[in-house]
Amino acid sequence: MTQLLGPSEWAAIMLSLRVAVVAVICALPLAIGVAYLLARKRFFGRQLLNGIVHLPLVLPPVVTGYLLLVTFGKQGPIGSFLEQVFGISLGFRWTGAALAAAVMAFPLMVRAIRLGIEAVDPGLEGAAATLGASRTRVFLTVTLPLILPSILAGAVLGFAKALGEFGATITFVAAIPGQTQTIPSAIYGLLQVPGSEPAVVGLVTVAIILAMGALLISEWLSHRMARRVGR
Amino acid sequence: MAVAPYGAQGGTLMLRICVQKNQGQFGLDVDINAPAGVTAIFGRSGSGKTTLVNAIAGLSRPDTGKIVVGETVLFDSAARVNLPPPLRRVGYVFQDARLFPHMSVRRNLTYGGDHDAAHVIDILGLEPLLDRRPAGLSGGERQRVALGRALMCDPQILLMDEPLAALDASRKAEILPYFERLRDETRVPIIYVSHDVSEVARLATTLVVLDEGKVAISGPVGQVLSSPDVVPLLGTRTAGAVIVTRVAGRLLDDDLTELQFSGGRLLMPGQLGEMGQLLRIRIPAQDVILAREAPTGMSALNVLPVTITEIRPGRGPGVAVGLRAGDDQLLARVTRRSAGRMELAVGQQIYAIIKATAVGPEDIGG
Repeated sequence: MTQLLGPSEWAAIMLSLRVAVVAVICALPLAIGVAYLLARKRFFGRQLLNGIVHLPLVLPPVVTGYLLLVTFGKQGPIGSFLEQVFGISLGFRWTGAALAAAVMAFPLMVRAIRLGIEAVDPGLEGAAATLGASRTRVFLTVTLPLILPSILAGAVLGFAKALGEFGATITFVAAIPGQTQTIPSAIYGLLQVPGSEPAVVGLVTVAIILAMGALLISEWLSHRMARRVGR
Repeated sequence: MAVAPYGAQGGTLMLRICVQKNQGQFGLDVDINAPAGVTAIFGRSGSGKTTLVNAIAGLSRPDTGKIVVGETVLFDSAARVNLPPPLRRVGYVFQDARLFPHMSVRRNLTYGGDHDAAHVIDILGLEPLLDRRPAGLSGGERQRVALGRALMCDPQILLMDEPLAALDASRKAEILPYFERLRDETRVPIIYVSHDVSEVARLATTLVVLDEGKVAISGPVGQVLSSPDVVPLLGTRTAGAVIVTRVAGRLLDDDLTELQFSGGRLLMPGQLGEMGQLLRIRIPAQDVILAREAPTGMSALNVLPVTITEIRPGRGPGVAVGLRAGDDQLLARVTRRSAGRMELAVGQQIYAIIKATAVGPEDIGG
C-alpha cells in the first residue's frame, strides 16, 4: 500500500480528513439548531428555510461551488468582509474546501437529526418543564441525550459526504496539490495522467477503508447509545 | 351511630381555577374552587379534563381567566400573569408516566429535586427500583416512580391525569393503596382526573363532573355521586352513592363483615378492613331495590329504612331516586313504571334493599 501512495497522495488523504473533520465539527451545532427549528417550531418562513437548507442536495454541485465563489471568494461580499475584518481567506485555501464540504453535507446532517428530534416525545420535555427545568436544561438533559444517536448518524453521513465532495470543491477552490487537492480531485487528476493507475488504486482503496470505517464505528456507537437511552 | 366526616371537607381553599379557552369544536369554560384533599375531575373523554390540568401546569394557555394555587397566582389574563411551567411548582403525573428513558429510576426521581426523598421512597415502595431503567418497569411501577418524581420537587399542588387508565385491574389494585396512603399522609392538594367512578369513589373528597367543557355538577364526593342529577352524566350503570362506614363486627361463620353507618347496618361478604376502621363503599344505583313495606322472605341481607328526597325522571325508561338514610345519601334507579305503580313521592318512608354482593372489592377503600 505504501508503495502505491507517494507524498502527494498522502497529502491529499490528510487534507481530505482535515477538511471533512473540520466541516462536520463546524456544521454540527448549526445543523442541530436548524433541525430543532424545523422539527419543533412553527414560524413564518419555515418552508423557505427548509428549502434553502436542502438546496445543495438538489442543485448541481458546480452551481453550489459557483455560488460559493461569488459570495465567499476574494471579491465576494462575505469573502471580502471576512478577509478585511477577521483576516480569514477562503478562496483557493483548505478552509474554502472545508466550507464547500460543510455546505454540501449540511442538508444530510439536518435531515438525520431532524428525524431524531421528531421521534422524541414532546411530552417528555413538558414533563421536565413541570419538574422545574428551564428550557436550556430541558434541551441539555432530555432532548439532547435522546437524539444523540441521530446526531451521530448525521455526523457520520456528513463526514462521508464531505470526504467524497468533488464538484463544489473543485469549482470553489480548484485542486491545488497540498492546498485544496482532496482525495476525489487527486483521483480525478491522476486519471488524466497515463501510467498512474497504481496511485489511483491506492487512493480508491483508502477512500473505501475510510468510508467503511466511519460506518462501522457509527453503527457500534449508536448501538451502545441506543442501549443507554433505553430503546 | 354517626360517622365522622371523611377527610378534609370544606377546608381552606387550595385552588381556584376560572378559565375560558376556545379550541376548535368545544370550548372550556369552568370556575372551580377546590378545597384541600383530593378533587376528582370526572368526565367522558373530550370533556376538557386534560385541557384543564394542562392549563394548571402551564402546558397549555387559556384564553382568559385566572388560576390561583394557595397564595400564588399562576395565571391571570387581566393582570398579564402567566408563570412558565418550571416556576409553577406543580407536580404532574401523566397517564403515560413520561419517565426519562435514558436515566435510571434514581435520576428520574431526583430530576426536579430531592424534597423529602427518603419518605417518598418509603411510602411508594421505590427502594428496590432505584437502580433500574424505566424500560424494565411494569406499568404500575412506572406510575409509582412518576408520582415519586412529582412529589420530590415539593409541589404546592399535585395533578394526576388518569394515572391508572393504562393499567389493568390487578395493577390498579396494586397501586391504589399507595395513592390512598399518599392522600392521607401529605398535605398537598391533589387534582385527580379520571373517568372511572370506582377510582373516584375510593380516592376523592371533592368531585367535579365536566360535560362538554363546562362544570355540570360539583361538591363533596358523597353528595355528588348520590345526587339524582348525576345519573345522566355518569351513565345509568356507573351512578351510585358513596358512603363512609365503620367496621363494626365480623361474622366469621358466614364470612361476612358488618359495617355501620349513619343509616344503619350493612353486611358485606369477606373479611374487610380492621375493626373500627373507616371504609368507603360504593353502592351502584342500579343495585338498590325499593320496597314500600319491610320485605320478608328475601335473600338480600341489607334492608335499610330510608326517606325519599328527590325523584328525577331520566331520558330513558328510568327514574333516579334520591334517598336519605340517617345522615347519608343513597341513590336508587328504578323504572318509571315501577315508580308510578309504587306511587313513590318525596318525603315518603320506604325501604332500600341492597344485595350484599353488590359492592365489588374494587369499590371498597380505606
